[in-house]
Amino acid sequence: MIRALFADARLRDWFYGYRAPERGPITLGQRRVYILPTRLGWLYGATLGILLVGSINYALQLGFALTFLLAGLGLAGMVHTTRNLARLTVSAGRAEPVFAGEAAQFRLYLDNQARFDRPAVLARHQASGAQVVLDLPPGAISEAVLSVPAARRGWLPLTRVMLETRFPLGLFRAWSYVEPEARCLVYPRPERSALPAPTPDTDAGTARAQSLGNDDFSGLRAYQLQDSPRHVAWKAVARADDMLTKQFAGAAGIELWLDWNRLAASLDSEQRLSRLAGWVLGAEQAGARYGLRLPARAIAPDRGDAHRAACLQALALHGIE
Amino acid sequence: MTTPHPLAPEQRAITPRDLAGLLASLVLVAAPHALRMPWWLTLVVLGLYAWRAHIALERSTLPSRWLVLGLALFAIGAVYLEYRTLFGRTSGIVLLVLFSGLKLVEMRTHRDAAVVAFLCYFLVMTNLLYTQSMPTALLMALALLVVTGTLVGLSAPRRPVSANLRSAGMLLAHAVPAALILFLLFPRVQGPLWGLPQDAYAGMTGLSDTMSPGNLSQLAQSDAIAFRAEFEGEPPPPRDRYWRGPVLWDFDGRTWRMGPGWLQKFEAPQGSGRYDYVVTLEPHNRTWMFALESVARLPVRGRYTSDGMVVAAAPVRSRLRYDAASLARAAPEPFERPASLRRALAVPEGGNARARALAAEWRRSAPSEPQLLLHAVEFFRSANLGYTLEPPLLGRDTVDEFLFDTREGFCEHFASAFVFLMRAAGVPARVVTGYQGGEVNYVDRIISVRQSDAHAWAEVHLPGRGWVRVDPTAAAVPGRVDAGLARSVRAGDPVPLLMRPRLEWLRGLRSNWEALAHRWNVWVLGYGVDRQRDLMSRIGMRDADWRQLTAAMASILGVFTLLLLAWSLRRLARPDPVQRAWQAFCRKLGARGVARAPNEGPNDYAERAAQRLPQAAAAIRAIAALYIGARYGRAAARERIAELARRVRDLQLA
Repeated sequence: MIRALFADARLRDWFYGYRAPERGPITLGQRRVYILPTRLGWLYGATLGILLVGSINYALQLGFALTFLLAGLGLAGMVHTTRNLARLTVSAGRAEPVFAGEAAQFRLYLDNQARFDRPAVLARHQASGAQVVLDLPPGAISEAVLSVPAARRGWLPLTRVMLETRFPLGLFRAWSYVEPEARCLVYPRPERSALPAPTPDTDAGTARAQSLGNDDFSGLRAYQLQDSPRHVAWKAVARADDMLTKQFAGAAGIELWLDWNRLAASLDSEQRLSRLAGWVLGAEQAGARYGLRLPARAIAPDRGDAHRAACLQALALHGIE
Repeated sequence: MTTPHPLAPEQRAITPRDLAGLLASLVLVAAPHALRMPWWLTLVVLGLYAWRAHIALERSTLPSRWLVLGLALFAIGAVYLEYRTLFGRTSGIVLLVLFSGLKLVEMRTHRDAAVVAFLCYFLVMTNLLYTQSMPTALLMALALLVVTGTLVGLSAPRRPVSANLRSAGMLLAHAVPAALILFLLFPRVQGPLWGLPQDAYAGMTGLSDTMSPGNLSQLAQSDAIAFRAEFEGEPPPPRDRYWRGPVLWDFDGRTWRMGPGWLQKFEAPQGSGRYDYVVTLEPHNRTWMFALESVARLPVRGRYTSDGMVVAAAPVRSRLRYDAASLARAAPEPFERPASLRRALAVPEGGNARARALAAEWRRSAPSEPQLLLHAVEFFRSANLGYTLEPPLLGRDTVDEFLFDTREGFCEHFASAFVFLMRAAGVPARVVTGYQGGEVNYVDRIISVRQSDAHAWAEVHLPGRGWVRVDPTAAAVPGRVDAGLARSVRAGDPVPLLMRPRLEWLRGLRSNWEALAHRWNVWVLGYGVDRQRDLMSRIGMRDADWRQLTAAMASILGVFTLLLLAWSLRRLARPDPVQRAWQAFCRKLGARGVARAPNEGPNDYAERAAQRLPQAAAAIRAIAALYIGARYGRAAARERIAELARRVRDLQLA
């Protein structure tokens, strides 16, 4: 029944006090900060009850003073726990694209404009359970990185994030939900396979497609995340700090068309996208000029990081946009 | 959703730092108990603490649950062996202290550590069962700070200890107003909710309902305060300060007892030399309330007995404050019940033959009872009896042995012998115990009466005059009532340290301290049903019952919490002074019809405003320049900000 109520977006928005996703920096007003006692808080309350009964029974005035001071401490603890979260400003940063199967790195910027520090603030991604605990120094912006597993290609929105704190006494738990507008582009999971033969309509059609890729070592370039570990120049790594990748000259000067329609008919569309993504990586790595042809659009042959990103984005969003 | 919650206290293992904080807290709260516990149990507790510290330092594993359970059973057995009970006050507390060590040994997580911290709060309370003095309160306040700092450290493990202690101090400071509201308004009830452990009032000292040779001199070696009295105007001279306590009628040859007594309607006597005063009586677990002889106004809760005692309805188990008045020279009250007079003539059969002979001799030679009395007083004055806090032990004939053999005694010997002689001579007499004297504190003029002022004297019933006080000790040792105990007893007697005449400077220090302690007693520890009613009627809540008090308490507390919340959030909402000044400037201009457009820069806005309000153009431009300098320039100097604020304030647009 509750669940049914929450299916209604407007009701949910009213309940949580915001409309998702939220654009721009979000400042947590106290209406959005919820607070309840923790189990320790209840235990503390029970302790106070015993102290009170003891004070009454023995007519201990200093016992009353102690009990009430501790009660006041609980009250102050509640206020301070709220304060540790309230008026915190949250904004989302850019999340670099990842491949399906990897974890998207969502960046949240927690801006503590107060003059006091806010220790032990937990940011927890509700859907995945990704979480990080931060101590926020006064007057500074701290970065929280949430590693959210990206299972499928396309846009991965950052859904609800819970911010929670139990500081200072652990007797109360204050929490708040934010849903900043942030999304991460998820490329299809690349499938490693041999590059296709250069197509007849390329200018350099004479290249030997079978030999593309791994034969003639031509030099080193900076390592990129998607490089195969087999190509890492481990000896060079041992000498220097940077990861270097062995580059092969086999495909230099070759122009390839990576074509959706020329893939085997037995592959479904996700498999095709994976195969194409793997080819994009392979072709870029091989130093080839390559173009991408999808049912709905085509990207002219080129090379370089921007071109590779454009191709992968087209693959990621195929059939979505 | 199955990932462990990093803030959940069950998840986080404790660090050596948490442990150090807890050990410091435990040492602070358990140290006063350690002094009261048998030494071997103290060693067990210290051993447990040291064991846990060792485990943390060596990173070794905690003992198994079975071992801890075995140790717990051992602790229970040990406490039972020592105290023969588990449920007394002292044994229960000792058990709690032992368990604090055991809990430490099995402590793994933040949650366990928090439980130990709560236990520390509880142990603070148990200390207050023994003493509520100011030094205890200060020590416990320090303990609260350390425990709270440790608790804060549990929630913020990466924060420096100093910052956590500062947070704890701030939290406690914020707790004080709420504590004050609760303390003043929480409805007080009289008396215990249920029966207390048997030993709950152990250690309260005071006069008992019997008197035998040696028990008063024992009491007089303590300089604990029995009660304090605050006089309106000058207090009476020391010789008139007879604080009446239990009246003893029945003698068995060794011990004087009160015997049965009757309550009687109090009728104020006539007379002169009236003193009005307030007594703050320390708890002594007996019903008597002390007042100067003769009582002229009965305390509110006091009742009056037929032999002139003031008693409370129940044993005095918490500090009691009452108003009283007395007359130094009350008119005689000659009537006494014949049955009482017969009782005041009874002497045990046989024994004390020499005293009986002396009494018979007086009877023969004195024509009247006042004459006889003079004989007796003269006898005590000239008999060269010694006054000592360490009287020799007496055999069967206590009166004879004191008067004729040992010739040394304390006031109970004098009073006992005197009353015996009077009764043997046929004059009705009785023993009165109480306190005599008391020391005026030169700081607050309050008289402190100590156990060392315990005294016993006699009353004889003379026809036509009623009961008359006779102090045989004063007759034998005239200095006792004028100069006090210390100057009267033999040199070398175990007089309480501070009663010794040489230590005047120390007594000066003590006077200051006790004046402070008295305020503490009256205003903090004495805040009971009566004081609460007093305070409430003073702020306009006459006859407030618990419902009104609770309602007032809840609403004030709610308002306070909201204020605290608003205060802590307002500090966040307040923009910096530069922004504040600028906003004030925009408001001023807005009121004159020049509102700033949302996308308008400060320069454009000021220019537009200057054109619209030419008479203030220069001031407006200056403010805008200052604002831009402070806002976007290098770090703005403090004077520039102040100048900006001042110029905005002084800006005249009309």
